[in-house]
Amino acid sequence: MTAMILKGKDADWEIVCGLEIHCQIISKSKIYSGASTHYGSEVNENVSFVDAGMPGMLPTLNEQCVYQAVKTGLALNCHINQYSAFARKNYFYADLPQGYQITQDKFPLVGEGKVEIELEDGSKKEIGIERIHIEQDAAKSIHDISPTKTFIDLNRCGVGLMELVTKPDFRSPEEAGAFLKKLRSIVRYLGTCDGNMDEGSMRCDASVSIRKVGETTLRPRAEMKNVNSVKFAMQAIEYEARRQLELYDNGEVMEQQTRKFDAVKGITEFLRKKEFADDYRYFPEPDLLPLVLSDEYIANIKKEMPELPDEKKHRFVEKLGLTPYDAEVICEDKETAAFFEEAAQGHDAKKTANWLMGDFFAMLNEKKLSLSESPISAKNLGSLVELVSKNVINGKTAKDVFVIMAETGKAPEVIVEEKGLKQVTDTSAIEKIVDEVLASSADNVAAYKAGKVNLMGWFVGQVMKASQGKANPAVVNQLLKQKLG
Amino acid sequence: MDAQTVTKIAFLSRLKIDDDKVESTLQEFNGILRWVDQLKEVNTEGVEPLVSVNQNSITMRKDEVTEGNQSQAVLANAPMKEYGYFAVPKVVE
Repeated sequence: MTAMILKGKDADWEIVCGLEIHCQIISKSKIYSGASTHYGSEVNENVSFVDAGMPGMLPTLNEQCVYQAVKTGLALNCHINQYSAFARKNYFYADLPQGYQITQDKFPLVGEGKVEIELEDGSKKEIGIERIHIEQDAAKSIHDISPTKTFIDLNRCGVGLMELVTKPDFRSPEEAGAFLKKLRSIVRYLGTCDGNMDEGSMRCDASVSIRKVGETTLRPRAEMKNVNSVKFAMQAIEYEARRQLELYDNGEVMEQQTRKFDAVKGITEFLRKKEFADDYRYFPEPDLLPLVLSDEYIANIKKEMPELPDEKKHRFVEKLGLTPYDAEVICEDKETAAFFEEAAQGHDAKKTANWLMGDFFAMLNEKKLSLSESPISAKNLGSLVELVSKNVINGKTAKDVFVIMAETGKAPEVIVEEKGLKQVTDTSAIEKIVDEVLASSADNVAAYKAGKVNLMGWFVGQVMKASQGKANPAVVNQLLKQKLG
Repeated sequence: MDAQTVTKIAFLSRLKIDDDKVESTLQEFNGILRWVDQLKEVNTEGVEPLVSVNQNSITMRKDEVTEGNQSQAVLANAPMKEYGYFAVPKVVE
């Protein structure tokens, strides 16, 4: 169990949390217009008259946005609604020139589904998805250029969004964090959203209430806007749960409300009382017809599904012999998994994983490089593993070769050749060194024979040193044992 | 419906309704509501809700960039603009 139980004055309380996540859909053009979705263009250049809310302009639906949302829904084991419809959500705000958002209300494109999350203690939990609907993003407001004005850039206005709503199934910050990571990993595998929370292409709102353990009804909740990293979401949920507990313990009233998370202070602050839902005056969108999808359309998307993180993980464990933990870490990100597969191609997968997760990740970390900037290619990492497996170099030398690979980007075979690091497996050559070592340390030989058998390690060390690390340790051990009787 | 609801809807729609027009607007609203009530008398059991009178499914557009690079035109009617942005009175977060 991974539920977080809060100790109140006279009762134990549990957290009830649901998430709403907006994912920017990867598409070339906007959901209702032919303007570009490119990020970082000049101000107001990616704007059509539809996005600008000019009178008489009519929206047209981008097929790619529908495709991406259906793909995401299928990956999350959701029901795809073959009939869905658009709705107008009315509100006035500077970031929405039309005065309404075209979204989906009663007939979302994607219905219920479920996702399994894995927690640190190895337990698993199913999280319910309520729905995913598609809608348009709002414009970007810039508050910090002028002290008296807000500036509006419509480039983001009309970019397609998938809004995913979960069931209130989270009982701890950890569960919510695990879900966000999993979702991010899945959309990245699918290529339906880039999942970058710090750039705002994936944005999360968290609804939190608490209740006494054993209660079955829900108490009033606080909705926290824009908790935009996995860490912040977890912090905000925990802070808010504890804040509500304090209210109840002090006999105060918890009202339904909207709050914001202050990442710097690590606290949530009151924003406004929850507005009445009907203030949005939803009605069927008159400018867009309902969307009807055929069985064939959905079946075709199913056929195009890539291998998802869970399937890949399963394969790495079953077919390649990785531990579940290694597989989990390697599969979290599509690029890492691809790098690993290339490196492990034809070599010992388990050993490749050890190198990747140990020295390799440490090297990237230390050099502050991303995987794509790595000086060591996947192929070269695989070759290094192979050199050790084939006894061309020993494990100790491999570490040194790795360091040189990281510095120079050279292939390990080249480094081994250039530096003359090939392991000496020739028994007679090693025997000569062993004899020399034994001859020059008569005292220790006597001590060993008298029973100080833990001197074996010292002898091995001396021989390795004398061979400049190139002797095959197995052969050294064997010879020493023979000679010391 | 009451006068307060009329005022609220007017606010949400950003429409100015003068105080002396509230009563007559209320009467108009109530007239519309009575008419809708009358429609409700029709037995619709077993009839699917109708989102659009056009029974065709939507035709989708290919994902291609066909518009843009017209910021001057987009900004042409803006009451205030600065540095290529629309400028509006400060929206406090």
